[in-house]
Amino acid sequence: MNPMNRVSLVRMKRNQKGKIVEIAGGKALHDRLTAMGIYVGKEVALLNHSIFKGPVAIRVGRSILALGFGMASKIIVEVE
Amino acid sequence: MIKKIFLIGNPNVGKSVVFSRLTGVNVISSNYPGTTIGITKGYLKLQEDRVEIIDLPGSYSLEPGSQAEEVAVTLPRDFPKDQMAIINILDATNLERNLYLTLQLLEEGYPLLVCLNMCDDMKHRGINIDTAKLEALLGVPVVETCALTGHGIKLLIERIPQAVPQQPQRRSSQERWLKIGEIVSQVQHLTHRHHTLREMLEDISMKPFAGVFIAALALYFSFKFVRFIAEGLIASVFDPFFFNIYQPVVSKISYLLGREGFLHHVLIGELINGRIDFKQSLGLLTTAPYIEFAMVLPYIISFYFILSILEDVGYLPRLAILLDNFLHRIGLHGFTIIPVLLGFGCNVPGILSTRILESRRERFIASTLISIGVPCVALQAMIVGLLGQFSGFYIGGVYLVLFSIWLILGVILNKTLKGFSPELLIEIPPYRLPPITVFLKKLFLRIKGFLVEALPVVLLGVFLVNILIFYKLFDFVSGMFAPLIQGLFGLPKETVIALLIGFIRKDVAAGMLLPLGLSAKQMFIAAVLLCISFPCIATFVIMLKELGVKDFMKSLIIMSITGLVVGGVLNLAILR
Repeated sequence: MNPMNRVSLVRMKRNQKGKIVEIAGGKALHDRLTAMGIYVGKEVALLNHSIFKGPVAIRVGRSILALGFGMASKIIVEVE
Repeated sequence: MIKKIFLIGNPNVGKSVVFSRLTGVNVISSNYPGTTIGITKGYLKLQEDRVEIIDLPGSYSLEPGSQAEEVAVTLPRDFPKDQMAIINILDATNLERNLYLTLQLLEEGYPLLVCLNMCDDMKHRGINIDTAKLEALLGVPVVETCALTGHGIKLLIERIPQAVPQQPQRRSSQERWLKIGEIVSQVQHLTHRHHTLREMLEDISMKPFAGVFIAALALYFSFKFVRFIAEGLIASVFDPFFFNIYQPVVSKISYLLGREGFLHHVLIGELINGRIDFKQSLGLLTTAPYIEFAMVLPYIISFYFILSILEDVGYLPRLAILLDNFLHRIGLHGFTIIPVLLGFGCNVPGILSTRILESRRERFIASTLISIGVPCVALQAMIVGLLGQFSGFYIGGVYLVLFSIWLILGVILNKTLKGFSPELLIEIPPYRLPPITVFLKKLFLRIKGFLVEALPVVLLGVFLVNILIFYKLFDFVSGMFAPLIQGLFGLPKETVIALLIGFIRKDVAAGMLLPLGLSAKQMFIAAVLLCISFPCIATFVIMLKELGVKDFMKSLIIMSITGLVVGGVLNLAILR
């Protein structure tokens, strides 16, 4: 594992894929994200990067989810 | 014996459509997560028994995130398990994510029946699910349905008695996802497909720059279409009916009543130049129906026509992404656009749907801003009628003023209220094209809802006004408010009556401005004041219920101050 490949969701590039390695938030955030299919070990693809600290859109499994900037920056991904 | 059946599932999987199919009760469904915010009950006949069916708001898990979700979790928990069944509705195109809640429900030991909905969509997307295998792995009945067409519903009903309580067990969320991975790999087979035009459109409407362009186009054309349809209806249906068919009838009644007296006053109203004037006479049989049917109803029809298209296609959550950034500055997040758009139809459903927002703070800001700065379609229709006679410029001006209030008040509220606003986290649904029958049914439901709720209040409002005019009680009230109305707002003192009637219904209030002969500037100020002042009684009651007494009082104070300040400023700033 190369730690250099670890970035937060908001630093990913469009159409880039990666695997979630850490969710740096409290239990409440953890629970909400987990229930929606965002959990450590899950693969995600970035559909839409954030501009002006706006939300990002990601594809997780078969669903598309939009996350606010702050939330997205707490999700750490290991990119390919 | 089963007494209650709860419908539970992730947001936007079609629970309400299944509910309508099971009970025959029509409920509003759309293509965005969070359409259902309260519970709806209906009945189903099951082997000679009448069983209660309860449609719950969507939830991703048994740990609720918003107030709407909380209901979904607590309600079935407090009911004896041997007297109930849960129909867990799944979006078949998204099996993996949906199974999380299913496993949680199984772990709790609920008697479960799994309904694999949207099976038609699944086939379009190249997904194959082995239902029998899924049933074996889960240990509960699984039925494929397409609720929109009714496919599979009969089988679903037949299998309800097979839902029996399960042995409770415990799993961590990690174990749950592992288990789901196992299940999905065994039952789901994907065939690779190329990107369809639909998927390309889905992507492009979220991109920051292209998306904003598409949003601007979509909103512009929505607005244009609303006006085009409404004006078309007025010119070709409603006005001809009122002037050619209805007018001779009421003229006859007026003649029979002797053209004066109390009864004539209430039913027909004042004769203007010896004739009935639908806009100015203010009678129960003249102005009241004219305002509701010829001025407001056409806009209700066209507004909900366009809104329903936007809802069902699945565009609104994409709009939420684009507006998230802007709405964050006023303490809200992108998803607030849905309550706001609903509020443009009627403030009541708008404020109710703020339940999809997570925090009390957000709900307070959103409700307050909706009641101040989002005029309902009935009022908007009247404003178009009132100000259109001067120039379209004034109509645009009203929206500009309201938008400025949103910005200024929103920033102030965001800076002064304690706490912070949570962030956007929503699922973006795929674009869908619902069958036209489903679409028309929803439109019909909304129009009927409007007529049932609005018409009695309108008649009551006009009746009250007539009594007050007849006994000359208005002079007393208008005299009392004269310094404020004349001095601060530059309006004739009679306008206060319209503003007060606004408490009953805003469209009636706007109608009362017509006979006053206001100048363009006065009409403009009065229209803005009608939008931002005190909400109508229906909104009033809902806000009180949703916010609680203390927060509602706060909200009222904010409204009053905003009304005074904006009215005063406009009076000083506009020269003519």
